[in-house]
Amino acid sequence: MTTIYILWLRQLKRFFRSRSRVLGSVAQPLLFLIALGFGFGPIYQRAGRGNFMEFLAPGIISMTILFSSVFNGIEIIWDRQFGFLKETLVAPVSRMGIMLGRTAGGATVSLLQALLVFVLSMAVGFRPASWGNLPLALVFMVLIAVLFTAMGTAIASLLEDFQGFQVIMNFLVQPLFFLSGALFPLEGLPKALGIVARVDLLSYGVDGLRATLAGISYFGLGTDLVVLMLASLVVLAVGSYLFSKIQI
Amino acid sequence: MNENIIEVSGLTKRFGDLVAVNDVAFTVTAGEIFAFLGPNGAGKSTTIKMLTTLLLPTKGKILIDGHDPVSDQDAVRRSFGIVFQDPSLDDELTAYENMEFHAILYKVSPAQRAKKIEGLMKFVELWDRKDGLVKTFSGGMKRRLEIARGLLHDPRIFFLDEPTLGLDPQTRNHIWSYLNDLSKKDGVTVFFTTHYMEEAEKIAARVAIIDHGRIVACDSPAGLKSKTKTSTLEEAFLNLTGHEIRDEEATGADRMRQHRQMWARR
Repeated sequence: MTTIYILWLRQLKRFFRSRSRVLGSVAQPLLFLIALGFGFGPIYQRAGRGNFMEFLAPGIISMTILFSSVFNGIEIIWDRQFGFLKETLVAPVSRMGIMLGRTAGGATVSLLQALLVFVLSMAVGFRPASWGNLPLALVFMVLIAVLFTAMGTAIASLLEDFQGFQVIMNFLVQPLFFLSGALFPLEGLPKALGIVARVDLLSYGVDGLRATLAGISYFGLGTDLVVLMLASLVVLAVGSYLFSKIQI
Repeated sequence: MNENIIEVSGLTKRFGDLVAVNDVAFTVTAGEIFAFLGPNGAGKSTTIKMLTTLLLPTKGKILIDGHDPVSDQDAVRRSFGIVFQDPSLDDELTAYENMEFHAILYKVSPAQRAKKIEGLMKFVELWDRKDGLVKTFSGGMKRRLEIARGLLHDPRIFFLDEPTLGLDPQTRNHIWSYLNDLSKKDGVTVFFTTHYMEEAEKIAARVAIIDHGRIVACDSPAGLKSKTKTSTLEEAFLNLTGHEIRDEEATGADRMRQHRQMWARR
């Protein structure tokens, strides 16, 4: 337990100490919100779908969590070869504890960034449909963060160095985001794209967040919650297993 | 004093077709300073990783302070401290926070924690910099802090993988005098690798030389010199391992090391 806590605390300290990291992590979401939100807003309105910012903001918040979480998870490659993680790997503590602490820390950092983007989205005109749903929205943010941090850790456990990093970003993270329905409604998509969106785990995160923040849902809140919880458990288990097998 | 704190026999590690460590056997006596030398790619780091539970052996038997690193990892991990070849401090934390993290990880009791940290940081002369972020430290300061950290949980064995690499002579001398103190006063067993032969000659009671995955000699520096009829350990080393330069294939770690240097320069 103390292992998990101390690893978590370490990651928070690091986050609060590096302002450039905080700024960098919210710059892209803000750009997306402004360019896409205001750019496509009028068309969306004319199509009779209402306020695009309301639709888009949950998607961009999900994006923030996705990118930050996967990155936090994958950072382990670096850490285990040169950094600090090596010191924890020779300590008399369980690998499971290290993996969980690391994941909890990474997920919390993503969550903080997501909250920052949430505040920024309000600055550019987004308003949640109901404030009462905010706790549930937080639950979804936590689930997305845990799922993708654990996924990053699992992937990092399989990679030897940073060569594979770009490949992961281009072939996994970008598709996860662009095909998730973060930017467009899932209704009436071409069949193939619709299927891909259903396989994409982020779709359920985006949908859940959109349901709680904007009152728009495609899969239904229950489905979103169940899928995300199951996926998080599976990925955490797989990640812990892979991480415990790491040899340096 | 004659207790063997490290016992290795028949130790072998294969990576696919490559035999990195081949049927290695040696013992280290409790409290002695033991140098583990060899050219690049000889199998030094691989052996240390197996001794410290980071890598599983393909074959063979290891006992660290009476425990087996394969079956009894936690007992082995409690018994040693280590300074890695690459820095493993958290740059974004202060020196004190790095120490504290280690103490908590190794379950040093809260009552003793502060006192021990203070004592060790004074020992390596870093106490006045305890609240400085590690990223502002020089290479030598980082290495001293790592030494202090590795000793925080009172290990019986202290592993150091090239602890003086890239440091100036002043710092190197300091580091060896700390390690000498540890061995003489506290009876800590010091197990280190280095490429500086004169350092090994000066400080080590016994030296093992590994080459192509096999131990080619294991004796006191004086014994090695008389056996090879040479006057310095460096000559003895070259005599035993040959003069050809070893070309090691770059591993993932080497590539990342290059990356890191690029990043650090920015």
